[in-house]
Amino acid sequence: MKNILRALGALTLAASAVSAIAADKVTLGVAIPTATHGFTGGIVWWANEAKKELEKAHPDLKIIIKTAGGAPEQANQLQDLVTVNKINALVIFPFESASLTQPVAQVKKKGVYVTVVDRGLTDTSAQDAYVAGDNTAFGKLPAEYLAKTMDGKGDIVALRGIPTTLDNERWAAFESVIKQHPDMKVLDAKYANWNRDDAFKVMQDYLTRFKHIDAVWAADDDMMIGVLKAIDQAKRTDIKQVFGGAGSKEAVKRIMDGDKLVQADVSYSPKFIYDAIKLTAEARLKGENLPATTIIPSVLITKENAKQFYYPNSPF
Amino acid sequence: MRPAHTEGVEGSSRLGGFARRLHGVGPLLGLVALCIGGTLLNPDFATFDNAMNVLTRTSFIGIISVGMTFVIISGGIDLSVGSMAALIAGSMIWIMNTLAHGMGGFTLAPLAIIAIGIVLALVLGGLFGLAHGLLVTKGRIEPFIVTLGTLGIFRAVLTWLADGGALTLDNNLSDLYGPVYYASLFGIPVPIWVFLIVAAGGVVVLNRTVFGRHVQAIGSNEQVARYAAIRVDNVKIVTYVLLGLCVGVATVLYVPRLGSATPTTGLLWELEAIAAVVVGGTALRGGEGRVIGTVIGAILLSVIANILNLTSIISVYLNAAVQGAVIIFVAFLQRGRR
Repeated sequence: MKNILRALGALTLAASAVSAIAADKVTLGVAIPTATHGFTGGIVWWANEAKKELEKAHPDLKIIIKTAGGAPEQANQLQDLVTVNKINALVIFPFESASLTQPVAQVKKKGVYVTVVDRGLTDTSAQDAYVAGDNTAFGKLPAEYLAKTMDGKGDIVALRGIPTTLDNERWAAFESVIKQHPDMKVLDAKYANWNRDDAFKVMQDYLTRFKHIDAVWAADDDMMIGVLKAIDQAKRTDIKQVFGGAGSKEAVKRIMDGDKLVQADVSYSPKFIYDAIKLTAEARLKGENLPATTIIPSVLITKENAKQFYYPNSPF
Repeated sequence: MRPAHTEGVEGSSRLGGFARRLHGVGPLLGLVALCIGGTLLNPDFATFDNAMNVLTRTSFIGIISVGMTFVIISGGIDLSVGSMAALIAGSMIWIMNTLAHGMGGFTLAPLAIIAIGIVLALVLGGLFGLAHGLLVTKGRIEPFIVTLGTLGIFRAVLTWLADGGALTLDNNLSDLYGPVYYASLFGIPVPIWVFLIVAAGGVVVLNRTVFGRHVQAIGSNEQVARYAAIRVDNVKIVTYVLLGLCVGVATVLYVPRLGSATPTTGLLWELEAIAAVVVGGTALRGGEGRVIGTVIGAILLSVIANILNLTSIISVYLNAAVQGAVIIFVAFLQRGRR
């Protein structure tokens, strides 16, 4: 009996010691979508980079990465992270804004510090901090660059991604700049689903339909690949520029090498997940908070600054 | 043991021949109507270049659909073809790049590397098809489930190979391999020739060989076919292998187009292929079908998308709705003729 009591006492001591240490430690859950295309592939890669670097630098930090194929799966993962992994900080790239707002709010209620990345929740009180790329600049910068290099006149064809609020924001920003230049015309804008093959087909048909095109806003580096192949095949020389978007290594490499058609790009790097994890982890280790909103600016990539956007090891 | 039952199937096909020919006219009528409409909306539609663009694009789905026709007629289905094409494309590119960088100071001629890539694509396609066939027949698992499973497996393996990004073919190889998609023979692009050959082969095999007849017999009544001493399992396995080979051929043509494979390569190709087969007049429950109908169905599907791209009368948000409406309408035409 005495032995048992002693053992119990030792156990409670040990347990309280463990919980004392746990209070200083940060266990950070990262919930992101699975890699299904170039951009999300980049998200997964950068999240793993952040885990590697930060865990090495901070022994008190543990990072758990979960990838989900859909919103319900991500919601389940949030529950697991809280109950099984006992996280005290969370960085989430929500699959969808609306359907994940409630699950994230539940996590925050349990005292977990929540940083939301890229897709904002419908109720911002469910988050402590918000880190995102700049979708308005994603549409505005290409339009301004095209207007400048084309002297405010010419015919443009545009491609769009998948019908989403994100795509609408970019498109609205692009269109509003073009509208300020009465001699610039957008001949048409069709969806190509951020997909190389669909972009190839849409561009082929634009080339059949429009005998003269000055520039193409491909709106994404994956779609840009398909556009370039279609132009190449048709041997059209009227097109002077193709503008992609997101700053993939392939596009940045072309700019560095002085490609004839691809002269500039706009950054929208999946690296923001890395930034978000780093900012959150370092702030929480010191017990500090992040600013409510951190916008990772989208900047114009040209030959002059291309080098600093080139990550040859990233899959994107 | 008597072959009488197979004869019976042939007899009924002769009887129904006239009616079937009539109902085969449905998709053709639809295609002709679409082409007239397309020309009225935009005269550029009726140009030779546009026709070549559309047919070249159709060739991937078209070739796969020819293989799919056999599987569906025999009463099976294959949902994995899009993922399979993506994985074959990725594996091809991966192997060719590895060989191009040389192994142990030993490098092959670029042409040999491409030949190896092409052979690999066909072998992989055949093996994947064989695996499907064995799981369906010997493993006695529903084809819907088998291929739903491999749909996930194939795409996931590709995504893993590509690290979630893109696998891009080495530039020198890409230049050498490019003509397989972009070059023309007698003014007609190579993929269209291949599509024609595969389609013609499909017609001959389905209508003029014992194997073709067995496929139809199994699809219309598997039990009876078994009693007629048809080796049902073997015939079924061969249909899946043929489809796998068709996917391999399509991939061989696809890779030189963009020189890359990404996790979105071949997305939803299975639905397009199945739609082409069914729009073309093959019964989804199996038993009867026509390769020519499938070819028309595949062309019809690309023509719709082409016309939508060539015009802007309809809001881009409604494109998918137009496609859906045309598919249903053509299926209705076909039903009316039955």
